[in-house]
Amino acid sequence: MRIWLEKRQAPSNVMQALTPVGAVLMTMIVGALIFWAIGYDGPRAVWDIFFTPILASYKWPDVATKAAPLILIALGLCLGNRAKIWNIGAEGQYVLGALGGASVAKYTQGATGGWIVPLMIVVGMAAGAAWAGIAAFLRNRFRVNEILSSLMLVYVALQLLNYLVTGPLKDPNGQNFPQTAPFTAAQRLPHDWFGWPFPPGLYLAFALALVFWLVMARSEYGLGIRIVGDAPRAARYGGYSQAGAVWSTLTISGAMAGLAGVLEAMTQSGQLNLGFPSGYGFTAIIVSFLGRLHPIGVVLAGLVLAISYVGGQVAQTTVHVPSATAGIFQGMMLFFILASDVLVRRRVRIEWGGAAKSAGSRA
Amino acid sequence: MTLDQLILAFITVVNISTPILLAATGELVVEKSGVLNLGVEGMMLCGAIAGFAVTFVAGDPSYADSAPWLAAAAPWLGVAAAALAGLLASLLFGFMTLTLGANQVATGLALVIFGTGISSLIGTAYVGIAIQSFDSVFPDALVNDPIGKLFFSYSPLVYFALLMVAAVGFFLNKTRAGLVLRAVGENDLSAHSIGYSVIGVRYLAVMFGGAMSGIAGAYFSMVITPLWAEKMTAGRGWIALALVVFAGWRSGRLLGGAYFFGLFMTLELYAKASGFSFLPSQFWASMPYLMAIIVLAAISARGRGGSEAPACLGKPFIPDA
Repeated sequence: MRIWLEKRQAPSNVMQALTPVGAVLMTMIVGALIFWAIGYDGPRAVWDIFFTPILASYKWPDVATKAAPLILIALGLCLGNRAKIWNIGAEGQYVLGALGGASVAKYTQGATGGWIVPLMIVVGMAAGAAWAGIAAFLRNRFRVNEILSSLMLVYVALQLLNYLVTGPLKDPNGQNFPQTAPFTAAQRLPHDWFGWPFPPGLYLAFALALVFWLVMARSEYGLGIRIVGDAPRAARYGGYSQAGAVWSTLTISGAMAGLAGVLEAMTQSGQLNLGFPSGYGFTAIIVSFLGRLHPIGVVLAGLVLAISYVGGQVAQTTVHVPSATAGIFQGMMLFFILASDVLVRRRVRIEWGGAAKSAGSRA
Repeated sequence: MTLDQLILAFITVVNISTPILLAATGELVVEKSGVLNLGVEGMMLCGAIAGFAVTFVAGDPSYADSAPWLAAAAPWLGVAAAALAGLLASLLFGFMTLTLGANQVATGLALVIFGTGISSLIGTAYVGIAIQSFDSVFPDALVNDPIGKLFFSYSPLVYFALLMVAAVGFFLNKTRAGLVLRAVGENDLSAHSIGYSVIGVRYLAVMFGGAMSGIAGAYFSMVITPLWAEKMTAGRGWIALALVVFAGWRSGRLLGGAYFFGLFMTLELYAKASGFSFLPSQFWASMPYLMAIIVLAAISARGRGGSEAPACLGKPFIPDA
């Protein structure tokens, strides 16, 4: 018997859709085995992580709350990843978005009116876009690798948050705690919309997923992005600008991360403190790959990852797995989805006996 | 600043830059073979917890009667375990990217996320425990001598790092095997067509990088602070990646580059201790990262940044594609 991988003529669409499901299933199986091996109730942990949040309807608002920022950020990351322009600093842009919103909040403490919330959102998005824009500028002007620069900027952003909440943005009535003043009613968004206890970011994420899908699948811009990613030389001859793609993908993904950050601050925490950064920016990278860089896939993948977050907390209380569990499952999921890529490009061939006659097809 | 303080500052710079030097030396070999492993931070954390755990277990006083040699050997066993942990983590990366041809950027990130998670998982049992680290290698007279300590007061890993920089420089530039490795990184198809195993060479390079990253991680948990803390490498793995670019993929420049970054990390420590109050402490804390960005810009802008990188860096090698 001989098993080998044969190159496909064209990437398989079926595998494109099936492999993420397989990756999640593999994560469940291997995760259960790992946790069983180190002395936990592995199957119960996997059940609680992936199914309890779905079956227990009172967990749905939690899932929605986690899914909203993940989907928003990952939608932006899809653009860049399609063009093979890697923004891995979304976490920093997310923090900058919240800081942008909090800066507006500081100067509108006494004010009321419907203009404050949109202003906070716009400033937050602009701050996120500008932070990512630094990486774009450095890449286009100085040819600095955007992977390293965007990541370094995360650490700078965390220090900036630390500085601002202990200094210029500190709550004057906060007994010297490192936090901003609580946002006023005019600076917040409610949790409940359309009679459901889901945050506004979730609806926005669904709507923007459609917009991103249209842009990527149907527009000249989306075509250009894909050509820049798949065939950089052809893009150059075809007049699609690499530098333009760097600018647009990084600033758009920065704006999306900023949007996620400012919405999180306005609907969830209601103020900023040192605990605000949550790792959504890094997890969203997994979401974008698990969603196969497709906006609709990203929505589904964002829900899966959000479930695993909420379920991770469930498993911490039921089977006492440590808090690091969610990270391990997320890392495994990314490994499996990347490994399964091979099935999109290749097909597994198995030959029972008589290997000699088709040995030539291996080359 | 007195001479004494200057010497102390120098010692701090050498100490604090050693882990990025170790990791960057490993990553240099990896990148020279044409592979970009962004998972340095994850491999470092795996090494940090493995080194800590093994040192702790081997250093258990209850073995003092049955195996008295174990207490002295414990840190060395720890370093070996750290190297092994980093190597195993890198094999995961190698299998994904070299055997399955997965995207190297994304796989490296997965390794960071996974390594962070697995090290935290194992580390929950070791929080708040201290370990006995290395004894000094030189006689006390030299270690405590006001000038002598400039050279003799370091952990053995510091000398190991210097040795490895020299060894890697020699290997890459003066040996036949080093030439093959560079050929694989510069032109994988040619190297393949004259009969070298591209994948095999890259596996070896990735494993070496993993082991070095593991030891770099152990330096955090065994030398800098002999304690375990989650995410204790605090982004230094990314600085190591920047250091490779900074050095222009040349081993000879790694040392100066590491000390350059070490200088800014030392400033951060001094700022925390004595308060350079003319600027906020967070500014000093972000300095290593800001400097990394600025240095990358300066290096890349000279126009040679692109051409100094190995030509096949980050490209998967699929012979039948």
